[in-house]
Amino acid sequence: MLLNEPLNRVLYIDLTRRTSWVERRPELFAEGLGGTGAGIRLLEEECPAGADPLGPDNPIIFAVGPLVGLYPLASKTVAMFKSPHTGNLGESHAGGRSATSIRLAGFGAVVIRGASTMPIYLVIEDDRVSFRDASALWGTRSSYTTGSVLRRREPGSGSRTIMRIGRAGERQVSYACVITETYRHFGRLGLGAVFGSKQLKAIVIAGKHSLEVADRKAYRQAYDAIFKKATESELMKKYHELGTPKNVLPLDAIGGLPTRNLQAGRFEGAEAISGENLAENYLGRRVACAHCPTACIHLAALRIPYPNDPYFYKTLMLGYDHEPIYATGSMLELDDVSGMLRLMDEVEIQGLDVMSAGVALAWATEALEHGLISTEETDGLELAFGDAETYIAATQRIVEQPTDFYAALARGVDHAASIYGGEEFALAFGGNEMPGYHTGPACHVGWLAGARHSHLDNAGYSLDQKAAQKGETLTPEGVARALVEEEQWRQVLTSLVICLFARNVYDEQTVCDALTAIGHEVTPEGLRALGADILRRKVAFKLREGFTFEGLRLPERIFETPAPAGDFDAEFVRQAIARYAALAGDET
Amino acid sequence: MPKRLSVIDVDHCVGCQVCMFACTRRLGLGGLAKSSIHVRSDGGIRKGFIVIVCRACADPPCARVCPTDALTVRDGGGVKFHAERCIGCYNCVEACPFGAALWNEEEGKPQICVYCGYCARYCPYDVIALEEVSHATQ
Repeated sequence: MLLNEPLNRVLYIDLTRRTSWVERRPELFAEGLGGTGAGIRLLEEECPAGADPLGPDNPIIFAVGPLVGLYPLASKTVAMFKSPHTGNLGESHAGGRSATSIRLAGFGAVVIRGASTMPIYLVIEDDRVSFRDASALWGTRSSYTTGSVLRRREPGSGSRTIMRIGRAGERQVSYACVITETYRHFGRLGLGAVFGSKQLKAIVIAGKHSLEVADRKAYRQAYDAIFKKATESELMKKYHELGTPKNVLPLDAIGGLPTRNLQAGRFEGAEAISGENLAENYLGRRVACAHCPTACIHLAALRIPYPNDPYFYKTLMLGYDHEPIYATGSMLELDDVSGMLRLMDEVEIQGLDVMSAGVALAWATEALEHGLISTEETDGLELAFGDAETYIAATQRIVEQPTDFYAALARGVDHAASIYGGEEFALAFGGNEMPGYHTGPACHVGWLAGARHSHLDNAGYSLDQKAAQKGETLTPEGVARALVEEEQWRQVLTSLVICLFARNVYDEQTVCDALTAIGHEVTPEGLRALGADILRRKVAFKLREGFTFEGLRLPERIFETPAPAGDFDAEFVRQAIARYAALAGDET
Repeated sequence: MPKRLSVIDVDHCVGCQVCMFACTRRLGLGGLAKSSIHVRSDGGIRKGFIVIVCRACADPPCARVCPTDALTVRDGGGVKFHAERCIGCYNCVEACPFGAALWNEEEGKPQICVYCGYCARYCPYDVIALEEVSHATQ
């Protein structure tokens, strides 16, 4: 039994020398809490300036937080690395059983250095680290196979995480993801490519320690208050019932659902791809991350007939959420649910980030329409909005890269458009492809300026929607202030690795009560100061690696397609970004 | 009548493992080392879950193979664990066909259900419940 002990311990693994050791780093967690706060400190230590994101100098850091294993909904692992997709901060979060497994194996963080000279996978059981041969797994067609093999071969079923990459990671597509527990992902910014560059196929981490607390009675009381809030109030209801696809119809209704590479904000097929339709006609199972009663993970059961074998079917079980639906549905004009789900399945098989993949296919379709590329570049594929089969074939080619065009597309739309043109409709922001919102200026400013170029950084879409509802006019200053304030507080939540869906369960006072009961004395003021400090550090890391706020490219398309919060222009966005930079950087 | 934990509807299980955390928390601790209930996937999450609980057998094989009487038969079925007598031989773990004699790595001893039902109070999906033992219906 360990009194806060696991969070003091950092497991270091050197892939080059095939060795591992544990260091006690209490200051790391005292100062940074865990998750993002501990992760950015480790990244500052481990990642040399100018490191090649796909070279051995780029570290992989996983960090969890003090609430993990103790309280519900503290279920995320934060991964930190230098992104091969943007060339600066790589930060991606995933749930599943990753966080509980890392902490209950006895660690607050895991740092992976170096690179292997042959394909390997790691097995971590408590303090024992095994380096296993993965050469037979390397190159398997489907990421599902890797999960299946490791599930049978390795110990700890029920109290372990199995993180793995697909072919996209092996071939270092810059937006390859890492899959965990089949249905959760370190999706964004290319952690899968970093795994691939190290010939690291998978990591299994198993553990089930117990954790001592400062005050057992207070702990159980704090637990029950949070659990009651999570299960009996309305706060998690959206995620509990339809899940994130509940967003599809309301966004479409206000004209904020990116459609056909954001040529429109409304999709004729929205009804078909809505959370309501999927739940009614496809939902086959609901599952949860470890220690989360909400069960927001919705799996569609898709029965597919074999074309040449009568009365033969296979049934896919596919996780769906708002972002995958947007990226493979409205963005590509797929209103055929079967086609959309089969494309999502191909993205999973290959191990790509679904948002970047969908946006890449959408850009390529338009580039072909405009004659910027021909079928020579696309390897004969007539990419067309609404054509699922061709998109499935193109997804495979992004990984196989049979032409220079696909090799370029495998580095994202920013890169591809820099070669082939079409930058005005290349929907990447800070190098990262857009999420499923076109609500107004705040969403775009949010993911242009936000440290991870993610909608989860600061939820600009929410600002837009509120302004649209109330008929208020947004200002650059107001947007920048609100985004920075939100992003700073989110650093606290992600340092505690609380799922952002539970952000309203864990308000400031709840966070303080939960921490006090387990022996961490914190104040709301202290937490807010820490949030500001973490964001400042993240921005500083980006600037060190060559990122500039001034250099951000604004795709003209976002100004052309009407948004629910009203028209806005580049001047508005530039002003807001400049204010964000000042507020998030040195003024705070 | 003695009580036992029953799996009422395993198909309703989402694999959240809230029950497992509750079991260790009944002692005021976090984590999982002292949990006597286990939830794992049935060969991958797409296939659903297995919920492993002690069924409180009338003639429990775990008690039969215990060489030190650390597991004694409870009146009406199930077992009582006497940690001070346990030598950590692992026989009970191997004897239970359900795998319900779990293993506490921290103590090197089995982790045996005490039929308190604390876990069931936290299951959001009514997968498990504390019931009276009725061996006639087993």
